[in-house]
Amino acid sequence: MRRLIKISLQKPELAAALLLLCLIIFFQVMSQGVFLSLANMRGVFGLMPEMALVAIGVTLLMICGEFDLSVGSVFALSPMAMAVLMTMGWGFWPAMLTGLLVCAAIGFINGWLTIKFAIPSFITTLGMLFMARSLTIVISGGFPPRLKADEIPMWLFVEFVGPGNLFRASFLWFVGIAVLVALLLSKTNFGNWVRATGGFLPAANAMGIPSSKVKIACFMICSVLAGLAGTIQVLRLGSPLPSIGEGLELAAVAAAVIGGTSLLGGIGSITGGIIGAILIRVIDNGMVLSQVNSNWFKFAIGALTILAVVGNSWLRKRGRAMKVETV
Amino acid sequence: MSAGVAANGEQPIISVRNLHKWYSGVHALKGVSLDFKRNEAVGLVGDNGAGKSTLISILAGLHPKDEGEIFVEGRPAEINKPRDAMNLGIETIYQYNSMVPNMSIARNMFIGREPMKAAFMGVGLLDEARMRAESVAAIANVDLHLRSPDALVGELSGGQRQGVAIARAMHFKSKVMILDEPTNHLSVKETTKVIGFVKSLKEQNVTGIFISHNMHHVFACCDRVVAMALGKVVLDKPISETSIEEVHDVL
Ligand SMILES: Nc1ncnc2c1ncn2[C@@H]1O[C@H](COP(=O)(O)OP(=O)(O)OP(=O)(O)O)[C@@H](O)[C@H]1O
Ligand SMILES: [Mg+2]
Repeated sequence: MRRLIKISLQKPELAAALLLLCLIIFFQVMSQGVFLSLANMRGVFGLMPEMALVAIGVTLLMICGEFDLSVGSVFALSPMAMAVLMTMGWGFWPAMLTGLLVCAAIGFINGWLTIKFAIPSFITTLGMLFMARSLTIVISGGFPPRLKADEIPMWLFVEFVGPGNLFRASFLWFVGIAVLVALLLSKTNFGNWVRATGGFLPAANAMGIPSSKVKIACFMICSVLAGLAGTIQVLRLGSPLPSIGEGLELAAVAAAVIGGTSLLGGIGSITGGIIGAILIRVIDNGMVLSQVNSNWFKFAIGALTILAVVGNSWLRKRGRAMKVETV
Repeated sequence: MSAGVAANGEQPIISVRNLHKWYSGVHALKGVSLDFKRNEAVGLVGDNGAGKSTLISILAGLHPKDEGEIFVEGRPAEINKPRDAMNLGIETIYQYNSMVPNMSIARNMFIGREPMKAAFMGVGLLDEARMRAESVAAIANVDLHLRSPDALVGELSGGQRQGVAIARAMHFKSKVMILDEPTNHLSVKETTKVIGFVKSLKEQNVTGIFISHNMHHVFACCDRVVAMALGKVVLDKPISETSIEEVHDVL
């Protein structure tokens, strides 16, 4: 029993999940039952995949010991590239895949620059944040092209599916990718290398792990997921605005941190990042329903982020100090 | 002098010839030539900054050499990365621990050499059951008693960590085991254990290179002592033909 408590104390995503549960109950009561209604859940589930996909990539990268501030801009650039290519007569699939390739290239550049010149990824990706955003606006030519819905398999991305039309197709993408990345991190040798690279780089290098390649791969996965998320949002909205995704990079970091990912690398889980993203969505939606002045939203997220870091380090210490049989 | 065959006709397992290493401005190794005989335990001593860690990090593939040659079992060896050294049978236990604190013992044992159930293009599903079972066996083999292979390395004592590092090196059946100051920060009891371990390497047909600042430790478990100062070898004698005083005098 004590061992079980010890293990759970060291799993910060459990604390976040518990908090999520409390908040759901709280908002359900505060909104007089509207929060968990089918109509509202459809809204929550419809928007959630977009941010959660970004959070998955950012979490993976943070566990690897790096940062990506450019995800918000990449989120806008990828669908913009797709839309522009489509107005030039490209088909949906080649245009969309090219958009994602652009993201992969940006991820590669982020990683390569960071490693080659041994600079903090904070700086590299801050630069990329501005450059990718600027590129988005430049290629949009000032006014966003409209998407021709009849050329796009909307059912595959954003149409409602499932019982009571509860989910959009994007939710299935999200679930599939979440499971895939979570398995990649926890059950494969690549995941082992990611955790070792972020956990203690000298050890990873001494044991012969190709840590630079591992990092670059994580940068690329992070970027591509951000691009896919942006594409899904644009398909939902019907038009690629050059301003979408602004501030998303920080929200994604907040989601990862709320879910128990350490800024120093090596610690965290994909589940945690997803729970963090859901928490943020739930707070946003719940506050609106509870008719709280929505300007308090950012305050709540900020407070929660700080609380999560302080709380997690406390929990971890307690968990560690807790004596079970000696190892 | 050629790296081929030593005076007594036995081929050394590792020979280095005229090894040089510069760290930007610092000339850390100034033409080091050494032979390590098969199944011999060699103590490598020297003051701080003498170049001991630099020498072994070249043998371990962590740093590239700038000049000189390395022969393993008589053949010229290119050791460009840690994997090259591992593949040649050289395992290293580093002065600054080569374990990831936030990962379990079983995961740490197999970093970079994970057993897999199935793999595609180098990425595959870990065989976790095998990792656990083999870590338990490897740890028991070095006479260490740990309750669970799932415990985080960060929760172990310094001695236990060193024990896991040794178990890892032994598990991969190395021919040469390099230990860079493995007795640092260890209790008397744990130190005794490590020294016993270095002694026992011979019975397992493993060559040991043992770095320490403590002459008594070296004289307790090695066959030969090599002293380095300022990037050069200044003494190289069998333990039976020298004394702690003589080694102290050349340093
Ligand atoms: N990564 C590095 N970058 C720059 N200089 C280094 C590096 N590693 C070692 N040196 C320098 O090379 C020289 C030899 O260092 P080395 O670590 O090999 O000594 P050592 O004999 O292992 O000493 P100690 O007993 O303190 O571990 C020192 O002058 C040191 O400052
Ligand atoms: Mg040293």
